[in-house]
Order: sequence, then C-alpha cells, then structure tokens
Amino acid sequence: MTTTTKTVMFSDVKVGDTLPELAYPVTATTVVLGALASRDWRPMHHDHDFAVHRNGTKDIFLNTPNQAAWFERFLTDWSGPKGRLGRMKFRMKGSVFPGDTMVLAGTVEQAETDDTGCGWVTVLVRLTVNDELMTDCTARIALPANDDDNPWTRRGDQWKP
Amino acid sequence: MSDNDLPPEVEKLIGEVQYEEAGEFPVERGYIWTTCSSVENGNPLFWDDAVAAEITGGPIAPPTMISVWFRPHQWSPGRTEPAVPLQVHFDMKRIFDLPEAVMTDNTIVFHEPVRPGDRLRTRQVLRSVSEPKTTKLGTGRFWVIEVEYLNQKDELVGVESYTGFGYRRGER
Repeated sequence: MTTTTKTVMFSDVKVGDTLPELAYPVTATTVVLGALASRDWRPMHHDHDFAVHRNGTKDIFLNTPNQAAWFERFLTDWSGPKGRLGRMKFRMKGSVFPGDTMVLAGTVEQAETDDTGCGWVTVLVRLTVNDELMTDCTARIALPANDDDNPWTRRGDQWKP
Repeated sequence: MSDNDLPPEVEKLIGEVQYEEAGEFPVERGYIWTTCSSVENGNPLFWDDAVAAEITGGPIAPPTMISVWFRPHQWSPGRTEPAVPLQVHFDMKRIFDLPEAVMTDNTIVFHEPVRPGDRLRTRQVLRSVSEPKTTKLGTGRFWVIEVEYLNQKDELVGVESYTGFGYRRGER
C-alpha cells in the first residue's frame, strides 16, 4: 500500500497537465477480486467457459464497478485525499482481460471555479491495452483552493457536482 | 427512435419510479478495504482514521463503491432464484427476448459521502430504449436506466446512469 498524503491545489493545475501514468498487469485474480469486491456475481467475471461460450468474449473481463474503482484510485493518487469526486462518466469500448497490461493516462481538459467558489477540474482518463482504447472516463473532481479549503465540507447548495 | 417502435408495456415504464428498495446490509468497512485492496488504492481516507476524521469528519466509503451497497446476496433464505441488481435491465432483456447484455456507458454523480453504518435505499427509472441496433456483438437494443441512492436521512448520496445493450448473438 502506498499512503497518499499530498494535496494538489486548484491553483496548481492548468489545462493540458498530464497525470502520472499507471500501468498494471491484469490477472485472473485482478478480475475475480474486483468482481467479488464489488459484489458482482455474474459469471462472465469469474467463469471462463461462460465468458467464452455465452458472452462470446475471449476470457473473463473486468466489470464496470471495478473499473470505476480503478479510475477513482488513479485520480486520487494524483489529487491526494482532499480531492473530491463530483462526477464520473465512462464508456467501455473494449474489454480488459487477464494477461493484459492496462495503462491509465489522464489529461486536464478544463479548470473552472463555480459560483460557490469551488474549484473543479475535468480530467479525461484513457484506459488502454497495447495502445488500444478500452474505456474512456471523464471525471470532474473538486480540489481545494488553498490550505484552509476542503471540498469535503461542502454540502447542499454549496456542492454542485 | 420511432414512437411506435416500443411495446406499450415498455412505453409506460419510461420515467416511472420502480424497485424502491433498501440495501440488504449496512455499509461496512470490510468491503471498503477489500475494494481498496482490489485496486491497490492507498488513499488514507480509507485506511487512516485520523486523516478521515480531519478531512471527512470520520470514515467514508470510496464514492465509486456506491452501487456495491445495493447489490443483493447471490442467495439468502427463502429465495429460490438468484436475485439480480438493476432489475430494470433484466426486465428489458426479458421483454425484448434478448439473452445477452453488456453495459456500455456509465455516469455517476456523487453527493453526500457514504459512511460505514449507513443504510442506503435505491430506486430505478427507465429513461429510454432505442430502436433495434446491430453492433459487433449482435442485434438488440440500447436502454438507459437511472438509479438514485439515498441514505437513512433521505439525503441524496448519488445518481448513477447506465446504458445497457441487450442483444442476440449472430444476427447481423
């Protein structure tokens, strides 16, 4: 485990910045652990024969909620714990299988302050395998404006994700 | 999409709140840690109570775990069929007689943090169903389903929107 204690401030970020890349070798354990951690019992995420003969895929594959968890980890590894996710949209274009090395890379597409003073950064994250796009994710994450600011304290109409 | 394309039983479901239900168990830290472990997420919010107390007023769950808390047990006493999450998705498969399905798009909007001990409730709304489409997987239909999540104080903790594609293989 790597403990993240750094904090990226909103003022530190500009459009076009890139996030540190994450490369991860996916195994059957990665897929099954991710499925069970997200309480997804569907057989295409743990049963090779079902995945191949019923779903028509080449193997079991990463499930959607676990991919979301990978995206969150990637984003907060960069932002630090004060980074607060507001919105995440992702589209699966291909599947991630055991034996793949998945690579997550992110670019800051937008940085704006809303009318409550909350600093928002939009990051486009691409999950690729062998340079082929498997999932893209657009995430909106709130970052602190200064040392005294903490997006997690925002509630009600002060939080506009 | 042609207005006449959908069977009446589907048309009347669009926009209707369905399957309001409570999670089968309270939010708990074992699953939080297992999920963080599965993706090697070392965010101290989830591992260090002092950091969580300082930043989030106590432990919270990773926001992207929001759907985990309403996924039913595979089996429980008295149940004769496996329960399925996102029942509207399976209803669409049944109604259109599409044996296979995948999720293509997913949007999650996060509101109040989810905390250990919370009891979440969900409700599902079918938003749209496409005309028949053919993809590399087969021929079928896309549908969009929204799931709202609330905590025991009726605070909105998140809204998730899924696009599913139900299909039959080999029909191109």
